[in-house]
Amino acid sequence: MKIIVCVSLVPDSTTKVKISDSKKSIDENGVSYILNPYDELAVEEALKLKEKNGGDVTAISFGTDKSKEAIKKAFQMGADKGVLIKSGSPDFDSYTVSKNLADFIKPLNPDIVLFGKQSIDFDGLLVPSMVSELLGIPCISVVVKLDITDGKVTAEREVEGGKEIVESTLPIVIGAQKGINDPRYPNLKSIMAAKSKPIEEIAATYSGNKTEITEMNLPPAKASGKIFVNGKDDVSELVRLLREEAKVI
Amino acid sequence: MQTVGTYKGVDYYAIDDMLTDEEKSIRDTVRDFVSEEVIPIIEEYNQEMHFPMQLVPKMAELGIFGPTLPVEYGGMGINNIAYGLIMQELERGDSGVRSFASVQSGLVMYPIYEFGSEDQRKKYLPKLAKGEMIGCFGLTEPDFGSNPGGMITKAEKVDGGYVLNGAKMWITNGTIADVAIVWAKLDGKVKGFLVDKGTKGYTAPETKGKLSLRASVTSELVFSDCFIPDENLMPNTSGLKSPLMCLTQARYGIAWGVIGLAMECYNTALNYSLSRIQFGKPIAGFQITQEKLAYMVTEITKAQLLCYQLAKLKDSGKMRPQQVSMAKRNNCEIAKNIAGMAREMLGANGILDEYPIMRHQNNIESVKTYEGTHEMHTLILGQDVTGLSAFE
Repeated sequence: MKIIVCVSLVPDSTTKVKISDSKKSIDENGVSYILNPYDELAVEEALKLKEKNGGDVTAISFGTDKSKEAIKKAFQMGADKGVLIKSGSPDFDSYTVSKNLADFIKPLNPDIVLFGKQSIDFDGLLVPSMVSELLGIPCISVVVKLDITDGKVTAEREVEGGKEIVESTLPIVIGAQKGINDPRYPNLKSIMAAKSKPIEEIAATYSGNKTEITEMNLPPAKASGKIFVNGKDDVSELVRLLREEAKVI
Repeated sequence: MQTVGTYKGVDYYAIDDMLTDEEKSIRDTVRDFVSEEVIPIIEEYNQEMHFPMQLVPKMAELGIFGPTLPVEYGGMGINNIAYGLIMQELERGDSGVRSFASVQSGLVMYPIYEFGSEDQRKKYLPKLAKGEMIGCFGLTEPDFGSNPGGMITKAEKVDGGYVLNGAKMWITNGTIADVAIVWAKLDGKVKGFLVDKGTKGYTAPETKGKLSLRASVTSELVFSDCFIPDENLMPNTSGLKSPLMCLTQARYGIAWGVIGLAMECYNTALNYSLSRIQFGKPIAGFQITQEKLAYMVTEITKAQLLCYQLAKLKDSGKMRPQQVSMAKRNNCEIAKNIAGMAREMLGANGILDEYPIMRHQNNIESVKTYEGTHEMHTLILGQDVTGLSAFE
């Protein structure tokens, strides 16, 4: 089975984000980066598919040199090969990412391309479906359970208030959601083996961007709460504010 | 998904910059394992006085038993910095869990690799690495602790093997061990024997009533006319020096391990003091609290630097046992002080099992004492710098 898993590097979820002076990106000073947690699910699912069906797992990332860290983490979990599609610029949108990934992936004719359903930095949720469109193959995203038997794909996906069972066929693009599996800890053996796995670097094929970030702002500081101290005399005022100001009733 | 990033350890002196990617990755994977598999369950096991046996296959899967040994014997060929960092992270979880791994690696796999025959290496090491076998190490006796040379456990040569008589005490993993490394005198000379579980005349009752290392199995080993076949004598030992070489390995792991214990106490106390309000401000804003925090972070940093250079010496083959004594002695002492201060800073909350402090404080009492008491390491250093022995 030819398995591809696309990975991205994101700021650690505990990072306190600051906006840079240009207001178009974050200030990277003091930020530590991790493999996107949803991509970690995708890597685990890729490894499970390989263990069940044989074949190999290639981890691909589009980005700058820094993105090699995401591929290295995939190596440490057990991925076999790694490819960095090198962007000339650190500014790229979801289309640029998708177009580059699809251009590279298409001639490889993989059976399955796995993604995390989103990356936790920009939260675009666009790349898996764009790549599938560009490849001309189906996509199922927000998948919490995946079964592939004899080329038939059965996926369980989260929908508002419930679950949906979807069937399709290979080749396919899958977007992994929390719950699909429990990612393994990289063990010492794979950490040691990862050292000797080379990352293939190739040039980007597209750099156009179809969207542009014009400004970034932090969310407004949380307003302080209101405390009512007069017991039942305050009830009507409380109800009024809940209805008119908080708009929750 | 893994909770990567929620715990960052302590790195006041950018020691991370001195670590390789691989060393950091190994530390981080054990750190995540401890955050997710050890810390959520350990208080309960500590209260119940049980070792969490279900962690053994998981630790084996991580590859942390005997990881410095060559790959052909089930090891990972990692260096001593990575090994030390593994111990640091495990002990951040619990000293009992770290003790299990220390014994398996430093006191069981190490001597079999170092003093065992090729057959013994092949028979035991891969299974110990996979956690399919558990080992223990019997040197200390009820009447011979700091003075192991006085041991009275005896081996007598008989046809086809040896007969062991005697008793060992304070043996981590004893009751659950599949194989015990037992040191006994044969014609007055210390020899090492591999005693398999179930050998006639060998029992290993568990030590009851411990108020420290409660999530670890401690036992007595009793040998009563216990027959050991010839092939279970380790051929390459050289007297008391051999078990002492094992202790050097274990002490090395402890020197690193207790840094993890100290970091956990410091972080708990720091976070608590920032959120606990008294007299209208966080107690972290009071000078007495800050003095304690300054002491803690400084001593943790010094301990890290001691261990870092010790690891470099060990990897280059230049490390002397006395240098290990210095790190074991110092780091246990400061970890004990830090645990005590943390307990005070948490006030009454410090005694609750909701926080890890009291468990760590109780554990460090054992760790400061075992593998050479604080006092013995003091005398080893004293002897080393003066040339005069205060104990022999």
